[in-house]
Amino acid sequence: MSADTYRRGRSLGDRAILVAVVALTLVWIAPIVWVLGLSLKPNEVLMRTTGGLLSPPFTLKNYADIIASSSVFGWMMNSTIVAAGQTILTLVLASLAGYGFARTDFPGRGVLFVVVLAALAVPEQAIIVPLHTMFAFFEWHNTYGALIAPRLAFPFGVLLMTQYFRAISPEIEEAALLDSASRFKVFWRIVLPLSIPAQATLGIYTFLHAWNDYFWPLVSATKPEMYTLTIGLASMQTNFAQTEGIGFLMAQAVFAGLPVLILYLFFQRHIISAVSGGSAR
Amino acid sequence: MAAQGVAGVGVRSTANVLFVLPYMAVLAALLIFPLGLGLFLSFQDWDMLGGWNGSVGWENFANLFTDKIFLGTIRNTVLFVVMTVPAFVALGLFLALALNNGLRRSVVMRTIFFGSSVLSVTIVTLIWRLVYLPDRGLLADILGLVGLPSIDMVANESRALPSVAIVTVWWIIGLPMTLFLAGLQQIPAELYEAAALDNASRWRVFTSITLPSIRRTIVLVALIEVILQFQVFGQIFLITSGGPNNASRPIVQYIYEAGFRDWQLGFAAAASQVLFALMLLAALAQFWFARRREAA
Repeated sequence: MSADTYRRGRSLGDRAILVAVVALTLVWIAPIVWVLGLSLKPNEVLMRTTGGLLSPPFTLKNYADIIASSSVFGWMMNSTIVAAGQTILTLVLASLAGYGFARTDFPGRGVLFVVVLAALAVPEQAIIVPLHTMFAFFEWHNTYGALIAPRLAFPFGVLLMTQYFRAISPEIEEAALLDSASRFKVFWRIVLPLSIPAQATLGIYTFLHAWNDYFWPLVSATKPEMYTLTIGLASMQTNFAQTEGIGFLMAQAVFAGLPVLILYLFFQRHIISAVSGGSAR
Repeated sequence: MAAQGVAGVGVRSTANVLFVLPYMAVLAALLIFPLGLGLFLSFQDWDMLGGWNGSVGWENFANLFTDKIFLGTIRNTVLFVVMTVPAFVALGLFLALALNNGLRRSVVMRTIFFGSSVLSVTIVTLIWRLVYLPDRGLLADILGLVGLPSIDMVANESRALPSVAIVTVWWIIGLPMTLFLAGLQQIPAELYEAAALDNASRWRVFTSITLPSIRRTIVLVALIEVILQFQVFGQIFLITSGGPNNASRPIVQYIYEAGFRDWQLGFAAAASQVLFALMLLAALAQFWFARRREAA
C-alpha cells in the first residue's frame, strides 16, 4: 500500500510489487528506445535484420532524408498555427463565458448554463457528418479556420473557468465596482490576472488536444499542404509495405514525437494536471 | 450569489449576457445546430454525389440494423471496450498503488508511464506497427531470443483487436494512473495507522480500507474510459484498417467510411446517432450499477 503511511518493512510482497512495476516500466519504455536506436541505423542493414541495436554502423541519413522532404516542416507549421489559434481563442471564449456564468447575473443564465452542461455529453462523432456538410456548404474546408473552429464549441473550458472564477472571493470585485468601474474593466483588470493558473491548465490541455487531434483534420484537410503533422505522418504510413525503409519511418516517429516528449519533461506537472483535470469533469 | 448590495457582484443586468454571448454563439453554430442537422439527416436519403432524395423515415436505421458489417462493428466496439476498460482500471490502480510514494524511482516511473499519453495517435501507431512487424519487429526479436516463432498480431482475425487494445493501454494508461493517484492521496493517513496498530494484513488493508475509499474514483475512471473507448477509431484505422475481414472495424470507422468515403451522409448520420445512443446507454448503465452498489 502507500509506503509513506503504511509500511511493514521490506516484506516479500513489497519486493514482488517492485519487480512487477519495474518489469512494466521496461515494457513501456522498450518500444520507444528500440525505435530511437534503429532510427540511427542504415536502411540496408534494417532490411536484413533489426537485431544489433547497439552495434555499428550508425547513420544520420534517415534524419537527413526527413529534412530533405520538406513537407514535414510545412505540416509542423500547420499544426502550430492550428493548435496556437485554437488555444488562444478557447482561452478568450472560455474566460469571458466562465466569468459571465460564475460572477454575473442576467436573464436566462440558469437555462443557458444547463445547455452548456448538456453539451458535455455530445461526442465529436455525433456531429462530425453534419459539421462536415456545413463547412462544405460554405466551402470552408482546407483552411486554418476550418481546422480551428469546431473544437471551440466544446464546453469543457467554459466549465473549468466557471468553477475557477466561482472560487475567487467576490470582495475584491465589489470594492472596484463601488468605485463605479465597469463590469468588463473589473473582469479585465482584476479577475483575469488572478486566473492565470487556470489559464495555463486550460491552455496546455487545449494545445495538446489540438496538436494530437486526428478525426476532424482527417476529414477537413484533404489537400496535402493543409495537413497537420498528425495527418501528414498518417498519410505517409499508408503504403507501409513498399516504404523507403523502416529506418526512415522510425526517424519520422522520433522526429515528430521527440519535441512533444521534451516539452512534456519540462512542463510535466502542468501537463499531468491539465490532462487529468480535463477528464475529472 | 444574488442580492449582494447595490454595487454587488450579483446584480442582474441584461448587459452581462455579453460575457457569455461569444461562446454561446459558437456553441449554437458548431454544436447545437449540427446536432439537430445530424438528427434531420438521419431520416433523409442524402448523398453527397446523388443529392437529396427526400425523407425516408426510419429506413436508414432499418438498413443499418440489417447490415452485417455494421452489426459487426458494434460487436467489435463493445469487445474493445470490454478488453480495455478493465485493463485500464486494474493496471491503473496497480501502478498508482505501487508508485504512490515520494521515492525518486517512483517519480521517474510515473513520468515514463504517463509520457506515452502525450504522443499523437499517428506516432503511437507508427511505433507499434514496427513493433508488430512479423519478420523484423521488436516482438518477433524478443520471441526469437527465447526461441519462439514470431506471431502475426495484426493480420490475424482473432488477434487484430487485442493487438490494438494492447497499444491503447500502452498509449493512455497515464490518465487512469493519475486519477487513481489523486484518489489515493485523499485517503486519511489515520485509517492506515489504525490498520497498522491492528496488524492487519496487506490484502485486508487493501480490501477494507483502500478499495472502499476510492470507490468513486473507480467509477469515474471506468466511466471516462467507457466513453473514450466507445469512440475508438484512429489507432484501429491506422494499424489494422478494420481488418482482416472486418474483424477489428469499430463503429466510428463505419461512420467515417459511410460518410467520407461513400458520401452517404444520411446513412452515416444515422450510424452516429446509434453510436451516441449506445454511449449514453453505457454511461447510464454504469451510473445505475454504481448507485445500486452504493446503496447495497
